[in-house]
Amino acid sequence: MQKIYKTEKMKTNLIILLTILINFVSCNPKESNTEMDSASIFQLNSDWETQDSKQIKLSELKGKTMVMAMIYTSCKTACPRLTAEMNQIEQELGDYDPEKVRFVLVSIDPEVDTPEKMSAYLKTNKFDGKQWMFLRSNDAGTREFANVLSVKYKEISPIDFSHSNILSVFSENGVLAYQKEGLNPDVSDIVNEINKLL
Amino acid sequence: MKPFALTFLFILTSCYQNKSLSDAPKETENLEFIVSKKEMKKIEGGSYLGFIGKDSTRIVEVKSFYIDDSPITNAEFLDFLRENPQWTKSKVTQLYADESYLHNWVSDYEIPKEAKPNSPVTNVSWFAAKAYAESVGKRLPTVEEWEFSALADEVSKDASEKPEFTAYILNAYQNKKAYNAEIKQEKPNFYGLYNMYGMVWEWTEDFNSVMISGESRNDSSTNENLFCAGASATTTDLKNYAAFMRYAMRGSLKANYTVNNLGFRCAKDL
Repeated sequence: MQKIYKTEKMKTNLIILLTILINFVSCNPKESNTEMDSASIFQLNSDWETQDSKQIKLSELKGKTMVMAMIYTSCKTACPRLTAEMNQIEQELGDYDPEKVRFVLVSIDPEVDTPEKMSAYLKTNKFDGKQWMFLRSNDAGTREFANVLSVKYKEISPIDFSHSNILSVFSENGVLAYQKEGLNPDVSDIVNEINKLL
Repeated sequence: MKPFALTFLFILTSCYQNKSLSDAPKETENLEFIVSKKEMKKIEGGSYLGFIGKDSTRIVEVKSFYIDDSPITNAEFLDFLRENPQWTKSKVTQLYADESYLHNWVSDYEIPKEAKPNSPVTNVSWFAAKAYAESVGKRLPTVEEWEFSALADEVSKDASEKPEFTAYILNAYQNKKAYNAEIKQEKPNFYGLYNMYGMVWEWTEDFNSVMISGESRNDSSTNENLFCAGASATTTDLKNYAAFMRYAMRGSLKANYTVNNLGFRCAKDL
C-alpha cells in the first residue's frame, strides 16, 4: 500500500516537472522589440470594457492617434458640450484614415454606464464609425486613468458627478501630446495638434 | 486521473501568466509584495459635517477602516524600493512621477542626507504611494477617511469645535522642514495616530475629487467651463480654514507631482 502510494506520488512529481519544462519551451514570452515609451499610457494595466462588451487593455490601442474625454452618459450639463466638441473635431479633421484615429469616451461612472448605455450614447450622437469608442473600467482603473489625464471628478449624488472638462490627445505610442482644458467651441488648435500626429 | 487534471491546470495557468507578462509593461506587473511591520489603528465608522464647498451642508458617512499609525518612513520606503527597483528614481517611469521624484535621495538606495531613516518619505507621487500601499496589501485612505481620523485631538474623537485644537493645527502648519524630523515624537491623537498635523501633507486615494481652480477672485467666470457642476470652495467659518488649506493643497496636485513636504500613510478595509 505504502509503495503504491509512493510511486503514485513520484509519478505526479514527474508530470509536474515535465509540465514546467514544457511550459518553458512552449510558452516562452515573445520578444517585444518595441521599447515602451516611459510616458506612455499603454503601461497602464487596468482592464477596460468597450460599448460592445469587449474586454481590452489600453495597449491594444497602440498605433492609433487618440482623442479622449472623460464623461458619463447621464450627464445633462457639460458632457453634451464636451461630446459636441469631439464631434466638431472629427468634422474639422476632414479626410483622415479611420484606421489611424480613435475618438474615445471614457466613463467616470462605470457602475451606471453599462455597454448598452455606452452603445446607445454613441448611437444617439451618431458616432457610428469604428473610430468611435466608449470605454469603462472599475473604480480603481477609472481613478488611475483620470489621474493620468489630470481629470478631477467627484460623485455628488448617485446620478450626478462634477468633473473637469478636458480633451486629451495621445500619440500612437500612447504619449500625451496635447490637452484642451475648459469648454470652448474653438477647436482649431486641437485639430492642428492631431494633424501633426497623423 | 488526478495528476493529469493537475497538469492541465498547470499548463493553463502558466501560459496565461506568460501571456499577460508579455502583453503588459513590467512596471505595473512586477510589483513585489513586502512585509510591513507598521502598526495600524482601527477607526470606528461614523459621520461628520463636510468642511467646504458643497460638502459643507452634507453629512459625510465613513465606514470603519484601519489606518497606519504614522506616515511611511524613508526606511520603509527603502524596503519597498529594494524589492521593486522599477520605483527607484533612476528607473521610475515618466508616466508615474515628475522629475523631482525622490530628488533629495543621495542615490537609488540612499535616503536624503538631511533626513533620518525614521523621517517620513516625501517627494513621492500618488502613483508611487499607491504602489507602495499595494505592495504591503493596503491602499491609500480616502479624503473622507483621512479627514475623519484627523478630527481627533489627544482626548476626544471629534475636537473640531475646540478653538484650541484649531489653533494647534494652524500653528502646526507653520512648521518649516518638519519633514526631516522623526515620526512619533509628538503625542498621538485619540485613536493612537501620530503626526496627522504639521509634519507632512499626505496623499489620499481620491485627492483628485477635490476641485479648486486657480484664484477664485480672478477666474471665477471660467469655473463653470472648467468643471461640470463645479462648486465654489467657500469656507463656512474660521475653524475650517485649516481644512481649507488641506483641500487647496489637494486641489492643486496632479498624480505625478512630488513635493518636499508631501508623504502618505496607508489604510485598509476591515
